[in-house]
Amino acid sequence: MGIKDLSPKELAQRVLSGDRRAAARVITLVEDQSDNANEMMKELFPHTGRSMIIGLTGSGGSGKSTLIDHLISRFRAMGKTVGVVAVDPSSPFSGGALLGDRIRFQSHSMDDGVYIRSMGSRGYLGGLARATADVVRVMEAMGNEVIIIETLGAGQDEIDIIHVAQTCLLVLTPGMGDDIQAMKAGIMEIADLIVLNKADLDGANLCLRGLEAAVHYGLGEGPGWIPKVMPTVACASKSIDVQGVDDLVKGIMEHQEFLYETRKIDEVRANRIEQELGLVFKDEVEKVVFAGLKGTGKKQGYIESIRAGDNDPYSVVEEVLATFLKVENLE
Amino acid sequence: MSAGKIKVILSKVGLDGHDRGAKVVASVLRSAGMEVVYLGMFQTPESIVKAAIDEDADVIGVSYLSGEHLVFTPLIVQEMKAQGLEDVLFVAGGSFPPEDIPTMKAMGIDEVFRGGSLSEDFVNYIRSRAGEKEA
Amino acid sequence: MNHNEHEDGKVDPYAGLDPVVNMSGLEIEPLYGPDVFEETDFARDMGRPGEYPFVRGVYPTMYRGRPWTIRQLMSLGPPQECNQRIHHLVNMGATGISLCLDMPTIMGRDSDDPMAEGEVGRCGGVAIDTIQDMRDLLAGLDLSKISINFVSNSQSTVILAMFCALGLELGTDWELLSGTMQNDILKEYQAQKSYYFPPEPSVRLILDTIAFCTRNLPKFNPISISGYHLASAGATPIQELAFTLSNGFYYVEKAIEAGLDIDEFAPRLSFFFKAHNDFFENVAKFRAARRIWARTMKEKFGARNPASWRFRVHTQTSGSSLTAQQMENNIIRTTVQALSAVMAGTQSLHTNAHDEALSIPTERSEKLALRTQQILLYESGAASTIDPLAGSYYVEALTQRMEAECEDIFRTIADMGGVVAGIEKGYFQREIAESAFRYQESLERGERVVVGLNRYVEEEETEIQLREVDPDFEKNKIAALKAFKEQRDPEQIRKRAEELRSVCESGENVMPVLIRAVQEGMTLGESVAQMKDVFGVYREQAIF
Repeated sequence: MGIKDLSPKELAQRVLSGDRRAAARVITLVEDQSDNANEMMKELFPHTGRSMIIGLTGSGGSGKSTLIDHLISRFRAMGKTVGVVAVDPSSPFSGGALLGDRIRFQSHSMDDGVYIRSMGSRGYLGGLARATADVVRVMEAMGNEVIIIETLGAGQDEIDIIHVAQTCLLVLTPGMGDDIQAMKAGIMEIADLIVLNKADLDGANLCLRGLEAAVHYGLGEGPGWIPKVMPTVACASKSIDVQGVDDLVKGIMEHQEFLYETRKIDEVRANRIEQELGLVFKDEVEKVVFAGLKGTGKKQGYIESIRAGDNDPYSVVEEVLATFLKVENLE
Repeated sequence: MSAGKIKVILSKVGLDGHDRGAKVVASVLRSAGMEVVYLGMFQTPESIVKAAIDEDADVIGVSYLSGEHLVFTPLIVQEMKAQGLEDVLFVAGGSFPPEDIPTMKAMGIDEVFRGGSLSEDFVNYIRSRAGEKEA
Repeated sequence: MNHNEHEDGKVDPYAGLDPVVNMSGLEIEPLYGPDVFEETDFARDMGRPGEYPFVRGVYPTMYRGRPWTIRQLMSLGPPQECNQRIHHLVNMGATGISLCLDMPTIMGRDSDDPMAEGEVGRCGGVAIDTIQDMRDLLAGLDLSKISINFVSNSQSTVILAMFCALGLELGTDWELLSGTMQNDILKEYQAQKSYYFPPEPSVRLILDTIAFCTRNLPKFNPISISGYHLASAGATPIQELAFTLSNGFYYVEKAIEAGLDIDEFAPRLSFFFKAHNDFFENVAKFRAARRIWARTMKEKFGARNPASWRFRVHTQTSGSSLTAQQMENNIIRTTVQALSAVMAGTQSLHTNAHDEALSIPTERSEKLALRTQQILLYESGAASTIDPLAGSYYVEALTQRMEAECEDIFRTIADMGGVVAGIEKGYFQREIAESAFRYQESLERGERVVVGLNRYVEEEETEIQLREVDPDFEKNKIAALKAFKEQRDPEQIRKRAEELRSVCESGENVMPVLIRAVQEGMTLGESVAQMKDVFGVYREQAIF
């Protein structure tokens, strides 16, 4: 039976039973928020929430993809299945994208225990954050014990994605000036592990010390997790020259242990759910409202009256919400 | 499709490293609004098809420049069939004798675009057929 | 300088003309005049042929003393067949030999390697696995009298080792062996992508061959620093010029660092350019190259031997300009490009066959390509005098312009940290990819016309005969390789493998050990595998 002929429930079952092709298709449907997407997500949701989710951000050229390649190897060696979501920027003009991260994971291209999915950053009906959040849930339902989300970390959307992750890594390199940029973007606050890749380059030691200092002074009060600053050399032509990856994996596992021991994992999970709830809510409310307005010509009417100076957006929204949500009845 | 976009796997297969054409096509397809998963060089039919499955691709595009078109085309078609990817479009570009084109089509490739093809041609072809196969 | 204004206020005939931009992006004036020479000191800036700065030619008598070498690519997959073709072409008047390797050999793999399946001996490349193949390839040739160009890069040390071993077997003095090894790894990272190891060990191997040849094979050019492949990947003529020279200077720097005497190795550095479509720009490119190389070698690197200042170049007409549509048009393209290379003062020349857009040339088409050069040489008058285009306002203007743009690019590369830093940052790859993309766009917009491709297009029946490849060759080659391996002494092979690893690690020159190894029968694939183990394997980032 072709995939196209399956009901949402059957598709979801296929995903849960390990059908890779079905899972890939479900991811597409979910990215596109196709009609039955929510049905499928409902079926899959109870089977999610148990994976280790790692988020990795860093600018292009930081070597984060190669780092991920090594992380995949380490997790596979531990016997864990791994899913990777690699987000690459889409063109703001055409909406198209060159998804070139996958090329970095060649060594795993035939390993069935590794599932890699590339995503552009634009064009999702509900925005990138919603799409990625849903895709990660599907990957969990597929049975991937570790999920790695890779983004550039530029732009609000991509920072929002990181809230889905439990352990966040920020990848910098010496002399790229990213350390300063990252501080500005607010990513430093989110990062649990700050990785200085290409740590064999000139200026690495200085950079490391600077980062350690930044972490130290940025500390709030309380016995929280102190972000670890970790040097790595991910890009090497011989595996014996790769440095720091084992320590990095240890650092990740330590953070995970910390989350579980302090029960902070519950907070992290709650945050994720709150994030997703917010995203789904926003989408669905929008859908309901615009679906309702569609065909009535009301939307156009509102726009006209605002333009003519007879109304304003704020009053319009109040009015519409009152109609749709019967807000006054809830008070 | 994902995010309503056509997803294309673009690859070179075998030992040939000349990737100028493949890269130009990748840029063209991106400018045309498609998502291109570029696999690079030294891929095998198996690795290409596996990527197509995982990425839920609509199109597999291969660049042939060194005479390997009659060797790899049937292998890729075979692998696609074995993995149930009949609804995925398979196209190739590059340099091969026009006499071989009917053979390649008989082997199961959907369309070929020899060097000198206009971007418009393959973009329009993919746009019109990728959706069709899905339907 | 704008010639579009007349002092007497008359109507300017050039005002309404459409602008013309050449492939490098330079705007070309409708008219050039003597003011181009305003700042020129002819003795300082042009000199005489054979004299610094060599703009007018690297030798005093140029083609009046000796014609350029007609060096056609003549390889075929099976070494024995290739040998026959070599003899055939030499008998027809080719004065130099140029050989390509098949894809598996290019990628450092033997014919029996699983990844070589379907690709052995294809594409006009000869399949070289062992010294036996080298024997078959060059059988019947007097190596002391013939110049052989191996289009070999990452596997150059092994190919050279086999060549030297063969010399020993035949009793030919190494001092008499003449030829070239392409052996330019930087352009592989930038364009052709047939590298194996990371940049550092790759360059080290090149230095090993340079040192070895300087000492033992004085007539052999250990490297042909190439712009051709960069241009084929999309580089504009200015980029080809700048990137090639940059790469050349990098090798010089490294050789000096390794303790080699510049005046000993520099005379053997050679170059490889493309003769692209734009006739005059091509000529300007060569002139600019000669001047920049001479000046830099003398003033920056302090070379004192005039032979070190000479930019010697082999040229190939542009393969990427050939169309598969209306293939006979390619004969005209090749002729124009070849004439341009001759006007530019090339030392040797390969002219493409017109059916190469589709496959390796038939005997008929390769003969035509050869005859093209002979007709240019004997009938066109192009070689009647030395450097006929000197003094052309246009050529001089273009030369000056290209030189200036080149210096800009040198600065950009220096700011980036140098050539290898540029490669790692993807600078070259990106520039080349962008040029390729822009070229494609200009074709599709009709801004650039290629006859038969985007104008004067015809529905056609291809009547051209294509050369058949023997379908059994791969099978037979693998069987021959197996038989060869059975004859070897496995203990010797093991020892040589260990020796090879050892010199790779210690930094000693690999050549002596490699020569011994191939004499014992170590295959190319085995040698490369040992080196990969020690040096590692390079992977690039996808750059668009």
